[in-house]
Amino acid sequence: MSVKTFGVLVFPGSNCDHDAYHAMAHVMNAETKFIWHKDTDLSDVDFLIVPGGFSYGDYLRSGAIARFSPVMQEVTQFAMQGKPVLGICNGFQILLEAGLLPGAMLHNKQLRYVCKQVYLRCETTNSLFTSNLSAGQVLQIPVAHGEGNYFTDPDRLKELQDNDQIVFRYCNAAGELTEEANFNGSVDNIAGICNKQRNVLGMMPHPERAMEKALGSDDGKLIFESILNQFATA
Amino acid sequence: MPNTTITEPEVTLELAIDHGLNEEEFNKIQEYLGRMPTFTELGVYSVMWSEHCSYKNSILEIKKLPNEGPQMLVGAGEENAGLVDIGDGFGCVFKVESHNHPSAIEPYEGAATGVGGIHRDIFTMGARPIASLNSLRFGKLDEPRVRFLLDGVVRGIADYGNSFGVPVVGGEIYFDENYEGNPLVNAMSVGIVKEGETVSAIAEGPGNPVLIVGSSTGRDGIHGATFASEEISEESEEKRPSVQVGDPFTEKLLLEASLEAIKNGGIVGMQDMGAAGISCSSSEMSAKGKCGMKLDLDKVPTREEGMTAYEMLLSESQERMLIVAEKGREQELIDIYEKWDLNAVVIGEVTDGENVTYEHHGKVMADIPADSLVLGGGAPVYERETSRPTYLDETRNFDISTLDHSNDHNDILSRLIGSPNIASKRWVHEQYDTMVRTNTVNAPGASDSGVVRIKGTNKGLAVKTDCNGRYVYLNPRRGGQIAVAEAARNVVCSGAKPMAITNCLNFGNPYKPEVYWTFKEALAGISEACRTFNTPVTGGNVSFYNENPKNAVFPTPVIGMLGLIEDMENHVMTPGFKKQGDTIFYVGADRKGLGGSEYLNTIHNKTTGDTPFIDLEFEARLQEALLNSIHSGKVNAVHDISDGGLAITLAEMGIFSGLGADISIQPLGDDANEVLYSEAQSGVVVTCAAEAEDALKSHFAEANIPCQKLGSVKADQLVIDNAVSLGISDLSKRYESVIPNAMQA
Repeated sequence: MSVKTFGVLVFPGSNCDHDAYHAMAHVMNAETKFIWHKDTDLSDVDFLIVPGGFSYGDYLRSGAIARFSPVMQEVTQFAMQGKPVLGICNGFQILLEAGLLPGAMLHNKQLRYVCKQVYLRCETTNSLFTSNLSAGQVLQIPVAHGEGNYFTDPDRLKELQDNDQIVFRYCNAAGELTEEANFNGSVDNIAGICNKQRNVLGMMPHPERAMEKALGSDDGKLIFESILNQFATA
Repeated sequence: MPNTTITEPEVTLELAIDHGLNEEEFNKIQEYLGRMPTFTELGVYSVMWSEHCSYKNSILEIKKLPNEGPQMLVGAGEENAGLVDIGDGFGCVFKVESHNHPSAIEPYEGAATGVGGIHRDIFTMGARPIASLNSLRFGKLDEPRVRFLLDGVVRGIADYGNSFGVPVVGGEIYFDENYEGNPLVNAMSVGIVKEGETVSAIAEGPGNPVLIVGSSTGRDGIHGATFASEEISEESEEKRPSVQVGDPFTEKLLLEASLEAIKNGGIVGMQDMGAAGISCSSSEMSAKGKCGMKLDLDKVPTREEGMTAYEMLLSESQERMLIVAEKGREQELIDIYEKWDLNAVVIGEVTDGENVTYEHHGKVMADIPADSLVLGGGAPVYERETSRPTYLDETRNFDISTLDHSNDHNDILSRLIGSPNIASKRWVHEQYDTMVRTNTVNAPGASDSGVVRIKGTNKGLAVKTDCNGRYVYLNPRRGGQIAVAEAARNVVCSGAKPMAITNCLNFGNPYKPEVYWTFKEALAGISEACRTFNTPVTGGNVSFYNENPKNAVFPTPVIGMLGLIEDMENHVMTPGFKKQGDTIFYVGADRKGLGGSEYLNTIHNKTTGDTPFIDLEFEARLQEALLNSIHSGKVNAVHDISDGGLAITLAEMGIFSGLGADISIQPLGDDANEVLYSEAQSGVVVTCAAEAEDALKSHFAEANIPCQKLGSVKADQLVIDNAVSLGISDLSKRYESVIPNAMQA
């Protein structure tokens, strides 16, 4: 197997770029590099992470300006070729704005930023991001966002459901999809979705913040282990 | 441009007084210049000599604070913030600063720019901010205006800090009617820097170019420093334009670009622009390097047309820095800032003389000896009158035993847990990103202090802000001592050795002798405590004029404590109970005295009596013995006793873990009210495994620190003799619901 390289995009205002880098390079020991948003060459990376933060200050609307960054055309190409892309938090918002994933983000229902540990239920193992998990497995992973209230219309939602594109849902510790667990008001408790081709995942929670027990949880590793495992067998 | 034809007003004594200067100061300016100042010069002097920039009424007292120690790499006052050696080739820079007055009239932007300003102080030295804290004081939460202020301040801190990408790891909030109308908003930033990569705020080398970088300059915040140096009044609302507007996105770019530029080299000196903007940064850097500077204001990128020299020099537009570059290397720096889409423009050069000279439209608008403007140079220095406040006679002589002390302790404890001062602040800190940068080991909430690891080492920092304004009000000297002692105890409870402090001294109008007496006493107390704990003062900020129409707010010298954890794997401690069956000890001084307690305030609606006693030597020995016990691995949980007393400490240890306790307080004395609710200093609750009980007892016996077994950890009830019997889940519900319920009202 050839060594796979992870790329972490850096937009002006990205602030979880170093966290994603630390998670991949130092915890997972994977080959990892930063990609500046003005660069347009993605030929030497095999996997792209669009990290969290406040790209362009999230002025106008989260992710709305970042999608016009020079690198985004290449990211779209990269995704169209079936190569894997993971958008975390602001990265998810950017992928929505770029049209690589369906739907949109509203402000959290309480109209406040929320940072805390939450529980996610893995809804499908049919993706390279979750291949090591079991369906229904509960992960503890933190969230930190103000606009994470995922919305889509009923037809599109049905499509997501029918196509098994809902990857993570907010749940309680017992894995139940309660309204209380759905703290930001997302439609159908959605915390993460993938595209139809299943190579692009967007999720609001931060797996890169859940890599070491000392910081509260290392459940995020399960996602990155799935990815690395999938690569190894590819 | 049409505006250039506007003639400047004639400079007179009246105009100087309007600028907040007095006659003596106005004469002094003419002496320094050897002539009448121009209008622009008057403006520059007025901000530079404002209390906020010159520390003219506080510097004599501040200089008495201990600022030396083997751990100091850079002392207080030498740079924007002190630098503490934390080993492994790293230094830690940290500082706390106030943004009280802006937050009183425009809470969102006031608090946001407070956060931005303090982070800039840290990264202008070359350090990357890794943690922030905030220390907040408001009036009572049942006032709608207070809820408006709390909501705005918290959103301001959240929106700025979350976007900037530095986690909030700690802080404190108090509500007391005394702070009504003049909330305190103090923000602290903690950064780390590799030794040798720091930058000084100095101008040197005649001919070296001077650059302004970051945001363009607008009309916002003009006279912000002067506004901060007077009392808040009904007219303050009109000063809303003196409040700056923050842009955390630009600050984030400025951080990344500046750290990249520092790494690149070619920088002689760098200073952020806070209060008094271009005037302050250029004159302070010049005075420090004993040189002059000539700046062409036509080159300053501006946000709006037609700005005058006066406006440009006094603008407090945020997210700007002044850099002195090595001649010939300016383009390298410009390229780096442009990569981050920021302005970087050469606006002048360092000169041989001693004057800072500002030209506009080809005309010299101000030409001032740099040294005459700055603290430690020609800025005025005053010793103010003092007089012991008369209220102290009444409070000291108050006989607390005359109050009707109920023995319904279930009721008292429930009411105390429901006091907004004690109740969970989750509503606040969940709005802050507490985890970004993936270093936060102890987050706000269930911790005595915030703990962040330092990647690439086995070390970590424990940081805490603290000050009980009631204690300082009732006994300024002891209150000052306790502020330091409690902050130190808090980091010790997390497993850290106290290293150094920063302070933010929030007091009333220094021209009132009673305020100044309190100020001097409190500082004397801080000094005594810092000497005892060997925690020098690395820097800080003074905020006077914190008054509402009724009186000065409680004197509130907020202490920001830095603690060092040498072994992150084994030395980090938390307050929640760990295991059923664990033994619970009380360790420390007698639980005596109800003066200044939350119990008196919540149950009897009084702030009176004398501040709890503290013996600093005993406190230091307790902290040392406690830290050793944590490091030896003998203890499972440690929690400081502070607001609300022993009963609240035990309740919180239960709430944080979901576990209960079976307790007898008989060994501590007969007066249950005093034992349970006294805020006597130098006390902690410690738990250990039953097998370690004897070892722990002898450990404290050897250190000659009293240690009493109180009981053990149980399933889900807090039972104290036959006085208290409450379910932890009920306590927890109350603890968590108070602030959210109030904010929904």
